[in-house]
Amino acid sequence: MTVHTAPTGTPADQAKSSELSFIGALRANMRDYGLLLALILIMLFFQYFTAGVLFKPVNLTNIILQNSYIIVMALGMLLVIVAGHIDLSVGSVSGFVGALAAMLMVGWKFPPELAFLAHPIVAGAICLLAGAAIGAAQGYLIAYHKIPSFIVTLAGMLIFKGLSLAILAGKSVGPFPTEFQLLSAGFIPDLIGPTTLPWLAENGQNVVLHTTTMVIAILAVVGSVFFSIRTRARRRARGYDVEPFSLFVVKNLVIAALVLFFAYMLASYRGLPNVLVVMGVLIAFFVFLTKRLTFGRRIYALGGNLKAAALSGVKTERTTFYIFAIMGALAALAGMIYAARLNSATPKAGQGLELDVIAAVFIGGASALGGVGQVAGAVIGAFIMGVMNNGMSIMGVNIDWQQMIKGVVLLAAVFFDLYNKNRSA
Amino acid sequence: MSKTILEMRNITKTFPGVKALSDVNLDVQEGEIHAICGENGAGKSTLMKVLSGVYPHGSYEGHIVYKGEEQNFRSIRDSEHKGIVIIHQELALVPLLSIAENIFLGNEQAKNGVIDWDETRDGARKLLAMVGLSEDPDTLVTNIGLGKQQLVEIAKALSKQVQLLILDEPTASLSEKDSQALLDLLLEFKKQGITSIIISHKLNEISRVADRVTVIRDGRTIETMDTNDITEDRIITSMVGRSLEDRYPSREPKIGDVVLEVKNWSVYHPQHRERQVIKNIDINLRKGEVVGIAGLMGSGRTEFAMSLFGKSYGQKISGEVFKNGRKIDVANVGKAIANGIAYATEDRKNYGLNLIDHIKHNTTIANLAGISRWGVIDDLAELDVANDYRKKTNIRSSSVYQVTGNLSGGNQQKVVLSKWLYANPEVLILDEPTRGIDVGAKYEIYTIINQLAAQGKAILVISSEMPELLGITDRLYVMNEGRIVGEMPTSEASQEKIMRSIVRAEGKAS
Ligand SMILES: Nc1ncnc2c1ncn2[C@@H]1O[C@H](COP(=O)(O)OP(=O)(O)OP(=O)(O)O)[C@@H](O)[C@H]1O
Ligand SMILES: [Mg+2]
Repeated sequence: MTVHTAPTGTPADQAKSSELSFIGALRANMRDYGLLLALILIMLFFQYFTAGVLFKPVNLTNIILQNSYIIVMALGMLLVIVAGHIDLSVGSVSGFVGALAAMLMVGWKFPPELAFLAHPIVAGAICLLAGAAIGAAQGYLIAYHKIPSFIVTLAGMLIFKGLSLAILAGKSVGPFPTEFQLLSAGFIPDLIGPTTLPWLAENGQNVVLHTTTMVIAILAVVGSVFFSIRTRARRRARGYDVEPFSLFVVKNLVIAALVLFFAYMLASYRGLPNVLVVMGVLIAFFVFLTKRLTFGRRIYALGGNLKAAALSGVKTERTTFYIFAIMGALAALAGMIYAARLNSATPKAGQGLELDVIAAVFIGGASALGGVGQVAGAVIGAFIMGVMNNGMSIMGVNIDWQQMIKGVVLLAAVFFDLYNKNRSA
Repeated sequence: MSKTILEMRNITKTFPGVKALSDVNLDVQEGEIHAICGENGAGKSTLMKVLSGVYPHGSYEGHIVYKGEEQNFRSIRDSEHKGIVIIHQELALVPLLSIAENIFLGNEQAKNGVIDWDETRDGARKLLAMVGLSEDPDTLVTNIGLGKQQLVEIAKALSKQVQLLILDEPTASLSEKDSQALLDLLLEFKKQGITSIIISHKLNEISRVADRVTVIRDGRTIETMDTNDITEDRIITSMVGRSLEDRYPSREPKIGDVVLEVKNWSVYHPQHRERQVIKNIDINLRKGEVVGIAGLMGSGRTEFAMSLFGKSYGQKISGEVFKNGRKIDVANVGKAIANGIAYATEDRKNYGLNLIDHIKHNTTIANLAGISRWGVIDDLAELDVANDYRKKTNIRSSSVYQVTGNLSGGNQQKVVLSKWLYANPEVLILDEPTRGIDVGAKYEIYTIINQLAAQGKAILVISSEMPELLGITDRLYVMNEGRIVGEMPTSEASQEKIMRSIVRAEGKAS
């Protein structure tokens, strides 16, 4: 019997030795980073075929702005899908909340004592609450009355599509107050002031950097390196295996380089978009939620085996209910970002977005059966879709072809994932 | 000398992280019943999966010679064409299809794709007669007991013109009576010239039916014993590499006050509102005491335990639960756990484990509070816990990151046990805790039970193996048809006495 096997730590640990081989560790990590690699390859592909437009600072900024609302919703959808459910209503809900925002701020004429409701911050808060309430209502039916999520949210999709038409009376409503537009169109202020890099001048034009953006990026990199060193040290101190030092260094360098490169790109345009800050905070929070919070752990447990989770004391109903409420709030936020970006609410806003969101999560490696999926995957999945949209538009690919190609990519991604899993089983 | 029907030569099979088989050899003679024994995770199931094409040719090394020809099976279908049929450790019937439909699943009695139902039913009836099962072929599989399901599996195998029948732990979840019937059936098949390979941890069964026994340890063939050499002790020595003095560790019970008391507990069937499944049960458990519930399969033991554990079974539940003299609320699993009650299920696949997640997460899920603060999990603390319990329960795996779905059956059982040990309950209900577990590991689990009792915990063991109950408990309840029909100190109990209380109760009931 294997009484004497040393405590082992990482999945890559296969041999009895506590030293991990570089290749072995790399291979174990490749599966995690494969998706990121795919995204980078796709970007390079379009960089080539768009004759260098893709990586222009203004275009990179655009890609972020264009996909922010998809990513925001993909975070919630990841939880929903990991829990073994689906939410088809998010597109319509986001459209409805966009409409609600427009009516609150622009459309409805409030009596003076209620005028504060039209203030962007108050209206924004109302919208978020409305979204959460919508999600909670759907979640209540799914969790406590056991109506399949597919059906509840399909009904929700129809209802909120109709409701947005109704409250907008079929018209577009806008423009929004400038403060609200900042959500999508604004950039963080350069508190430090611009830095000019004359030696990088192109065509006689100096490169002017948004210094605050660079400082934030550098701080982020330093912080992340600090935490990974600390984690590594702690594991080692407890006698667990760690990845080989060389791989550790390479990994951190690559990630730091990528972050700094993109920060540099953004900084040489107008700096960090506000919405990227919002997104960044949300992504970080959801990574934390899924990896470290007991709430997140319970979602994976119930998605993997509902009965076993329930018999382990997981409050499966309440957890499911919360997941849908969170999804609703995120759909509301996405709806506001979308409306702020268009600077008006239209009756058709948001329609069909649910498909992009769901596709992003599945491209990101989540399982339709529940229990499997990562935040990072969903975010990268959303960017893969976003970069393809952007790149193909620049190349002038027809919309019909774009749809087909995206469909094929979705299939290919899922196929590749399953193939990989089967091979390693 | 009969002739060799199957030869497996130098079979080696590796999974990422584990070498499950290395250079295994197996020889099976035509018409014999050949048993394979070995500890949990020794590689028995894997060897049979290699043989039956579950792991296709090319995914392993070595040769399979069947009826004098080298075979390269690429799928189960290939091996079935040659008359090799495997019945897996976990049954593979479709619960909501009828017996007849299940028997001919994938092999439908059809003309031009249209199923001939008369043919299907007649065929099924004939096969059911052969395995001695008198059920209507139209009955849904979910409505018959496990023992009968096992017979349906065998009928299904017969429908495929089986010549070599492989049974992976066929009696693990069967009652004594059903097991006997199944073994008799194997002996019957032997007369008809069907060869069988049987994997089992129940050594008494093996010594009863097997002509020869091959023992596997750590993925290697240790030896093949002939009829005359087969004794339980010999098999055990060969399996674990040393002799096992006792099957049950000795116990010096230190029994204290009553911890848990259940009064007048009644439960109705979850679907049929009028059917009372549990009838006014009163039981109590004392500190440091190991109490068993004996009874036949279907006597309602699991239903009772699950209804007690957060009302996880049934409806219209009534009765009272007291802990240390105070009435407690067990209305949901969370409350039951908070009140120090734990229930380790007999059905690890459906109720016990998240099979797509690894050992670490499965170990801690019932006690996340133990590794978290303010809802934030401490990764390293969790890793420590998982490794600690992996060692305590001696789980054989590449690491705590092995997905539980890939563990051998017995090791899965140990993960379920780890989960509830870590939850650190005062009252632990163990439902068939040693199902599918090898002799050596059983001893370890009994030792753990003793340790828990010595720490002052109260343990309720449900088991269908009477020798086990007699060997490890201090006191016994006997249950029959949802009622407690007997109670006795184990020192005064015997198999006969238990059976007598059951029979007496049945006499009264009818
Ligand atoms: N798909 C898989 N991936 C990784 N490891 C596996 C896989 N299947 C089996 N193993 C490993 O192979 C070894 C042998 O497993 P196997 O199921 O053959 O054991 P067994 O002898 O049947 O045990 P038991 O008596 O518990 O059923 C175990 O260590 C198990 O963890
Ligand atoms: Mg097995």
